[in-house]
Amino acid sequence: AKPLDVVKSEYTVDGEITPRDAAVTYNNFYEFGTGKGDPLANAHTLTTDPWSVEIGGLVNNAGTFGLDDILKDVTLEERIYRFRCVEAWSMVVPWIGFSLSELLKKADPQSGAKYVAFETLYRPEEMPGQKNSRFPYPYVEGLRLDEAMNPLTMIATGMYGEELPNQNGAPLRLVVPWKYGFKSIKSIVKITLTDEQPPTTWNLIADNEYGFYSNVNPEVDHPRWSQASERPIGGGLFAKRIPTLMFNGYADEVASLYSGMDLRTNF
Amino acid sequence: MTQTQRLNQVVKTVSAWPIYIVGVLPAAWLFYQAVSNNLGADPLKALEHQLGEWALQLLIATLLITPLRDLFKINLIKYRRAIGLLAFFYALGHLLTYLWLDQQWWWSAIWKDITKRPYIIIGVISFLAMVPLAITSNNLSIRKLGPLTWRKLHQLTYIVVPLAALHFVLLKKTWQLEPILYLGVGLLLVGYRFWRKRLA
Repeated sequence: AKPLDVVKSEYTVDGEITPRDAAVTYNNFYEFGTGKGDPLANAHTLTTDPWSVEIGGLVNNAGTFGLDDILKDVTLEERIYRFRCVEAWSMVVPWIGFSLSELLKKADPQSGAKYVAFETLYRPEEMPGQKNSRFPYPYVEGLRLDEAMNPLTMIATGMYGEELPNQNGAPLRLVVPWKYGFKSIKSIVKITLTDEQPPTTWNLIADNEYGFYSNVNPEVDHPRWSQASERPIGGGLFAKRIPTLMFNGYADEVASLYSGMDLRTNF
Repeated sequence: MTQTQRLNQVVKTVSAWPIYIVGVLPAAWLFYQAVSNNLGADPLKALEHQLGEWALQLLIATLLITPLRDLFKINLIKYRRAIGLLAFFYALGHLLTYLWLDQQWWWSAIWKDITKRPYIIIGVISFLAMVPLAITSNNLSIRKLGPLTWRKLHQLTYIVVPLAALHFVLLKKTWQLEPILYLGVGLLLVGYRFWRKRLA
């Protein structure tokens, strides 16, 4: 992948960065197969250039924007974030990108906008997992507008100093570090501002297991496994489990977004 | 002499004990690969899942012996005990991997898993039901229990196999073909027993 010019940022975490080798070979991207190695094996077929993103809904500057258009006014910075999968494994990833809020401000949300809906590319001829699947493609995700505007929420176009590999969601993806990984939707082609909570794919599949919020929360278990701890990926067979942190360690930045909410029912 | 007769002839000359030795080699090899970090980014899950899957395959193999004899006159019965004990060995390896490397002897979490999570509960029941079978997989036990009681006891396999397959089906985030195939084949092989009994 092409190296990127980036500036360092204030965002970093304690603990070791996951080896790049692990982060680009161990992926959940069902569009390319359900096995962890399938995205690496199959995602090379994805065409990421040209690429455009349709931004619409309750915004004053709707339109379809090419990737260069989107990137020309932003400064790419490196942010080292914890990444916690709902399957109770985790990584520490040096992402490259910018705050989603910069993009949304340019789109100029109208006063009625309350949520942001995201959609992944649907192109079965290049994404073999989309063929003959009972999965409701295209993959969709969503955030509340205030979550989307939080400076932590980023659009990533790269990782480990380079452009995103296809299996990690090239050419641009969402990264919401205080939520389970599946919220960080990959290969985005559409962003829509809405006044109603948008549907989200894993919630459509199993609403008892995956809520709209899906904030990392060690006190609320997945119905089939505990979320109290996680296994860091990349540390080998004997890597120690580590305790999972509330909001994945970002409580200072985001806990206020949920004040007064019961996080057991709004899981 | 037909192919089948020839095969049965070969079976007569080949004893069962090498199965134990050859059978544990994949486990040793896999563990070595996991320790030397050759199983990808998540060697623990690779080890845990592979041991479980081999256990399930061996369990299904034990259920294949009878229909092979009934339907194709192939008699592999002398290998069944070895295959069954190997299945237990792999299931034990799978369980120990979960307790030691996955949960790291974190008993409060393990206890919660075992009491709360259906797929774990089902896996545990399946394993516990295998224990008396493994303990009594020897000639002395057959003599002590008497062949009828022994056979009744070993019909627990008809519960063990579908539960082990169900454990696999339920741990996936979505319905996936591979585990469902194991469950289907397992149920078919158990169903065959009941069908055969009705005919008898």
